[in-house]
Amino acid sequence: MKYLLSLFLVTATLSANAQVKLVSLNELEQRLSKGKDTTYVINFWATWCGPCVGELSQFESLKKEYFKTPVKVILVSMDFKSKLKSNVIPFVKKQKLKSEVYVINEPNTQAFIDNVDKKWSGALPATLIVKNNSRSFFEKEFVNTELEDLVKNIAHEDYKP
Amino acid sequence: MKRILFACLMMLGIMTKAQNGYQIGDVASDFNLKNVDGKSVSLANYKDAKGYIIVFTCNTCPVAQAYQDRVEALNKEYAPKGYPVIAINTNDPIASPGDSYAKMQERAKQKKFSFAYLEDPNHIYTKKYGANKTPHVFILQKTAKGNEVAYIGAIDNDQEEVNPQKETYVQNAINLLLQGKKPTVTYTKAIGCSIRWKKESTTE
Repeated sequence: MKYLLSLFLVTATLSANAQVKLVSLNELEQRLSKGKDTTYVINFWATWCGPCVGELSQFESLKKEYFKTPVKVILVSMDFKSKLKSNVIPFVKKQKLKSEVYVINEPNTQAFIDNVDKKWSGALPATLIVKNNSRSFFEKEFVNTELEDLVKNIAHEDYKP
Repeated sequence: MKRILFACLMMLGIMTKAQNGYQIGDVASDFNLKNVDGKSVSLANYKDAKGYIIVFTCNTCPVAQAYQDRVEALNKEYAPKGYPVIAINTNDPIASPGDSYAKMQERAKQKKFSFAYLEDPNHIYTKKYGANKTPHVFILQKTAKGNEVAYIGAIDNDQEEVNPQKETYVQNAINLLLQGKKPTVTYTKAIGCSIRWKKESTTE
């Protein structure tokens, strides 16, 4: 019985871990390149970043049916890699996040920030919206319906940066 | 029409952001801010300084915390050579109670900071310098023009101390300044905590 219980616990932990993976920028870019008509909304956040946590619900509640083409939200946490199990996974569970969540796996943040977007200072939150070859970057906290309007414009290809 | 207005607003947002703060070569303003020991500190107080390592930081940000000991080590190494560290807390104590003056004093005592740790009420100098996250470093060099900004950015590119290609930006810049040269890397980026601004309708 004890053995079964511990087996159950191990499985439970494993499956919980499976929800949040490490990702490098390269892996993320590969993912985006396969998008076709999908609009990817990539939010860079951290569990320790108050404004980021505050706007997460806006990303979570982007109603897919509002858009003519698929919209995929990816939450990329900038928490330290070593905090994956201690901070990020418990946070994702507690907040019941439904979007795909990753923790960034890039030792050289300097290069990483520039590769995401030259305009990014590194401050959080930041959001990258990618559709086909068009990329729009925002170093800001979204308020009210700003994010939804923006994603609509980009997904429907009538957004002019 | 709505869409055009929206696009204009977005652009305006980007433009105002880009214009904030100092650029390399600008002459930085002196300040007079309260240290954790109760005394006021200005750049002018450091008579023998050749320059300054201004670190915009705070108590609460995990990234700033990860760098605390490295900031202390910078002061130990470079204050005797003429580049003291001056840390400035960017955060509003109401928006972030862990960054109150009392908590700053507590941290400075607990970590035995050998550098000044100043409060910046109403974010006057945080805004003037253009610090937009913690930690955010500005190296100033005393020149004939005044306190010239010689470097803006990160302490190094190794927040978690796991990067095999670690570059110690601040140390490299000061080592060059001490040799009478200009830093080769003058501007770097890093992930940091956004600043906890005072709650007002006009924080931008």
